[in-house]
Amino acid sequence: MSVAAEKSVYEQLGGAPAMTAAVEVFYRKVLADEHISHFFEDVDMERQAAKQKAFLTMVTGGPVQYSGRDMRAGHAPLVKRGLNDSHFDAVAGHLKATLEELGVAAPLVAKVLAIAESARVDVLGR
Amino acid sequence: MAKVKHESNWYPLESGESVLDALLRQGVSIPNACRAGACQSCLMRAVAGTVPEASQVGLKDTLRAQGYFLACACRPPEGTLLEVTGAEALRLPARIQALSWLSTSVLRVRLVTDSPLAYHAGQYLSLVREDGLTRSYSLASLPHEDALELHVRLLPGGAMSGWLARDARPGDRLQVQGPAGSCFYVPGRPEQPLLLAGTGTGLAPLYGIVRDALAAGHSGPIWLFHGARTPEGLYLTAELRALAEQHPQFHYRPGVLEGGTRDIAEGALDALIRAECPKPVGWRAWLCGDGPLVLSLRKKLFLAGLSLKDLHTDAFLPSVPQVQRTSDAGAR
Ligand SMILES: Cc1cc2nc3c(=O)[nH]c(=O)nc-3n(C[C@H](O)[C@H](O)[C@H](O)COP(=O)(O)OP(=O)(O)OC[C@H]3O[C@@H](n4cnc5c(N)ncnc54)[C@H](O)[C@@H]3O)c2cc1C
Ligand code: HEM
Ligand code: FES
Repeated sequence: MSVAAEKSVYEQLGGAPAMTAAVEVFYRKVLADEHISHFFEDVDMERQAAKQKAFLTMVTGGPVQYSGRDMRAGHAPLVKRGLNDSHFDAVAGHLKATLEELGVAAPLVAKVLAIAESARVDVLGR
Repeated sequence: MAKVKHESNWYPLESGESVLDALLRQGVSIPNACRAGACQSCLMRAVAGTVPEASQVGLKDTLRAQGYFLACACRPPEGTLLEVTGAEALRLPARIQALSWLSTSVLRVRLVTDSPLAYHAGQYLSLVREDGLTRSYSLASLPHEDALELHVRLLPGGAMSGWLARDARPGDRLQVQGPAGSCFYVPGRPEQPLLLAGTGTGLAPLYGIVRDALAAGHSGPIWLFHGARTPEGLYLTAELRALAEQHPQFHYRPGVLEGGTRDIAEGALDALIRAECPKPVGWRAWLCGDGPLVLSLRKKLFLAGLSLKDLHTDAFLPSVPQVQRTSDAGAR
């Protein structure tokens, strides 16, 4: 967890409303990507969208609390289904594209991607 | 262990079991149909104790505040003590006013309630037969019309649809519970393009919503796609064509999988929609009918650019057959 004295990227982006706008853009990219979409198919799209929002809030340093252990436990079933680096890279790519599409400045995008990268070991259960 | 009190008896719940499954397993008769939180047949009220939030999803705030919840979606944590009653207080007595066939397999049921039912065109209600059999049906009528109109597809071996088609007579009494659901037109943004799509009796709510939007003066384009396997599965075609003649902004597009004609397109519903409405960004949409089809259309339209908040769906989930004394109750 980064304890930043400066404003988090989350705040700089505009907080919860900005996340709501970003979720649809991001979720659309993920669902349209056949390499990873099978992990995100859910009859309840609202519930999935809420989880994407938690994801975006977390990687932008916003107010959600997930420990590395939560991340491990949460993604363990996916690892069993074959989740690997190629899927992680795809998600990170969509994250980057989403932020760029929303006009987020390059240094902030880099920060977000660094936070996401730091979760790799837990998400992939290493 | 969690326990539920119903009519002065306490019933234990197995771990992870729903209130509905626990009561049915122990011989209490509770109305139910989809067992998936979609039809609201199993509505109950907690008079003491707290129900999990997940069991109140989709309920109106006024009902939530009074402790109403869906018994099939209510899996209280260990140690919970709940006292529950049925939703009888919410039911309105009604009588069948008329029954007529819209096609060889779709019955039009007109009902009159003893006191007025406030609803939006396109919402659904639960029909409760005298013996407690409960099924949900969408409203095709408009609130100002004097009867509630339902379109019921006759299913082979269908308990409610078979009874309505064969045994029910005008004058017979039933109860209705509801309305429920968020598939309806909200006035405002009259220029916004609207997309309505459904299969089979999924037309019922759409027929209400289209007429409601037109009556509210909606001026933007309104597209209605009605799909069926064969032309025999379509109905109200003449009425909808006439409506399209009167309202140039309204486009009616019937489609079938086989047996298309000059007036009826042939092909999968999503392909027909994509051909006519390739870029529905910023539109509002309603999708009703067969469950898997509604869910797949919803995903396709979301990917095509429609926002989740503008996508309204009613999946007509079938009833789940009642299994007596299952050992795996609540396993899902
Ligand atoms: C929100 C909602 C709205 C609904 N609105 C409508 C509506 O406007 N019009 C309408 O006709 N129905 C509607 N339904 C479906 C309706 O509630 C009943 O499920 C349906 O009428 C069957 O009830 P039944 O008692 O006749 O058949 P049941 O006795 O429940 O079922 C008979 C047999 O048919 C099977 N079966 C059930 N549904 C189907 C299906 N779709 N396709 C193939 N087999 C099936 C069952 O598994 C069973 O074997 C809606 C459902 C929901 C959840
Ligand atoms: C950058 C690394 C990642 C982070 C920080 C992250 C974070 C999260 C968070 C916070 C949740 C929500 C948990 C909840 O509220 O229940 C979640 C759920 C989920 N994540 Fe990730 N995630 C990451 C990578 C991935 C990848 C690479 C995939 C698959 C390709 C993935 C698939 C999922 C799925 C499918 C869920 C929902 C699980 C469910 O339905 O319960 N995640 N993730
Ligand atoms: S909502 Fe509970 S049975 Fe349908």
